Amino acid sequence: MSETFLGMPSFPAFPVAARAAVQDGTLRGNLRHATHTIRAKRAKAVAELPDWAELREAGRRIKDHTLRHLDRYLVQVEEAVTAAGGTVHWAADATEANRIVAGLVRATGESEVVKVKSMATQEIGLNEALEAEGIRAYETDLAELIVQLGRDRPSHILVPAIHRNRGEIRDVFRSEMGRWGRAAPDGLTDEPADLAEAARLHLREKFLRARVGVSGANFVVAETGTLVVVESEGNGRMCLTLPETLISVVGIEKIVPTWRDLEVFLQTLPRSSTAERMNPYTSMWTGTTDAETADGPREFHLVLLDNGRTDTLADEVGRQALRCIRCSACLNVCPVYERAGGHAYGSVYPGPIGAILSPQLRGTASAVDASLPYASSLCGACYEVCPVAIDIPEVLVHLRERVAEGGRATREGSTVVLRPARGHAVERAAMRAARWALTRPAALRTGQRIAGRARRLQPRSLPGPGRAWSASRDLPAVPAEPFRDWWRRIYGAGGTAAARPGPGGDTGKDTR
Amino acid sequence: MSSRDRILGRVRRALADVPRDDTPYEQAVPRTYLRRHGDTDAGRTVALLAARLADYRADVHRTDPAGLPELVARLLAARGADSVVVPAGLDPGWLAAAAATAVPDRPESTPRELDRIDSVVTGCAVAVAETGTLVLDGGPGQGRRRITLVPDHHVCVVRVPAQVVSSVPEALERLDPARPLTWISGPSATSDIELDRVEGVHGPRALDVVLLADGDGPPPEPAA
Ligand code: SF4
Repeated sequence: MSETFLGMPSFPAFPVAARAAVQDGTLRGNLRHATHTIRAKRAKAVAELPDWAELREAGRRIKDHTLRHLDRYLVQVEEAVTAAGGTVHWAADATEANRIVAGLVRATGESEVVKVKSMATQEIGLNEALEAEGIRAYETDLAELIVQLGRDRPSHILVPAIHRNRGEIRDVFRSEMGRWGRAAPDGLTDEPADLAEAARLHLREKFLRARVGVSGANFVVAETGTLVVVESEGNGRMCLTLPETLISVVGIEKIVPTWRDLEVFLQTLPRSSTAERMNPYTSMWTGTTDAETADGPREFHLVLLDNGRTDTLADEVGRQALRCIRCSACLNVCPVYERAGGHAYGSVYPGPIGAILSPQLRGTASAVDASLPYASSLCGACYEVCPVAIDIPEVLVHLRERVAEGGRATREGSTVVLRPARGHAVERAAMRAARWALTRPAALRTGQRIAGRARRLQPRSLPGPGRAWSASRDLPAVPAEPFRDWWRRIYGAGGTAAARPGPGGDTGKDTR
Repeated sequence: MSSRDRILGRVRRALADVPRDDTPYEQAVPRTYLRRHGDTDAGRTVALLAARLADYRADVHRTDPAGLPELVARLLAARGADSVVVPAGLDPGWLAAAAATAVPDRPESTPRELDRIDSVVTGCAVAVAETGTLVLDGGPGQGRRRITLVPDHHVCVVRVPAQVVSSVPEALERLDPARPLTWISGPSATSDIELDRVEGVHGPRALDVVLLADGDGPPPEPAA
């Protein structure tokens, strides 16, 4: 067994990377436009449901219950998927998952696969691992295609190429498409419709000949063995239905116990992520179909991925991060993400969720992972929007304590005692991140809000390296204003206070 | 030790704090959210479906059984369709007036063959009014999942009000998870380039939805 994949181990600490982003005017402008647009539309789509708070609570409870009995549900998934004609594999870490997938692809005799956008496969570096085995993985989500052709990295969970504007995308398509397959049409303009058409033509050729598809999943239903993939473009449907073999790599936290549980998440996920009542396409499949039905792949493999998730589960405060359904709402409201951009987080999980997930999945040994818990002003906006009510500030403070003061943690299934970071490079990195987040004017403004929230997190001074900062400056007096009021005041009615549209009203359909 | 045993062992150790008599699933999840948002009147539910479908850029049409063949023929002709995929179990009357060549949905047809076909006509399993969603389950008149994916034009016939439910919870109750399911809400779309919405990436770029009054319910209202 090898160590947990570290993503980009040589990645600079958050503040170093963030500084470059803050100086990049184009990136900042794009990010600001995107996050504010999605944020406002999301608020409308959420306000349309009078029972949002109840759905959010049910989602939280379903996920918490599943996590608390994960061993039982994992076995149930294995039984149900196997009974439906699928094959289940278990991968303790990234290396093992990559080895399993490469082996399955090789067994088909194929040397290329088509892929649906999947955070789990990015997390384990699957494309690179397959390439080392002589297997080409084609990303088929438009944004992922832009990222792949541009030899770039995704910067947002939902819109991974948010940092690229149309001119850059046209240039990438013109220069790179021909090297990967069908070249871009002559005279390609930078109109989004033309660019999408170029992608359609380029990828269709790959879909039609593909024999192996690779995906993740948004949900796995334990009682039925059903997998669910939520998407917009139809590339997911192509990868899930046309190939003869389908391999799905799924984190063990994606399980929900029952079919009925989907009624919660199919309402909260689309509205919270793309601000739609429902995303254009959702695929659900259970194992394989019989020879007569012959609908979709004949062979189906489910790879259940740990890669740090059980270590996260062992932390009673931190385990709530495993409730995440990857909607990306927390990114779009985060003042630090808006300035720093996704790349500064040094992981496939950017923004507030990345700041609590990466240091738990990977540990806090590297400079970037030790600095991530400080990449926040603790304003709490992420918690307010999270459709499964993850208390991100609570976990951030908890992780800061771990970095600064050391203590017990679980790494690769074993209890380890971490030494305090004091005096080490990681602490300096963390200090810089704390200072970085806390000295941005807007970040500071929001940071002051933290203690105003009537929750158990009420620090007098900031824990960890932040203590040095707060020791030298008194934390401002806590205003009694609730977060929501502050939000409305700062961001206006486009924030959570948006009016509810009537039937047929305009929701966020432009953010699909 | 197998990775299976290793992972399950790690999970069990990680959950040492969870008591044996932890709240069972049935009591752990409060279902205080609504079964549907709004009233149960069938006519209004169908009107809402029409509005929500149109909202996400599907073209919505209404007809009765007598008018259906003409309408389907017109929708196919409007897209210049020479060929149309026909799933097993589709009422042959639906295509009686269509000029396009009917191509049956067969297990052995390849994706490339499908790619040369212009349109597809199907029914559906259930339609969700609140979200403007059509769900196909591969049942009679719906076909394999790929036939509503590869051709560029999809005509989907919904029997109203029989196949219409208000909400997502009501839809899941009617569906069988053992069947391959596709939930469709408008034509495929992307906003990956500067958040500009572009319709039609890989799935059908045109979605015509026909609301077919099946005679059991109140008379149809005009489409929104
Ligand atoms: S932490 Fe919550 S808001 Fe953020 S991506 Fe996950 S589910 Fe969405």
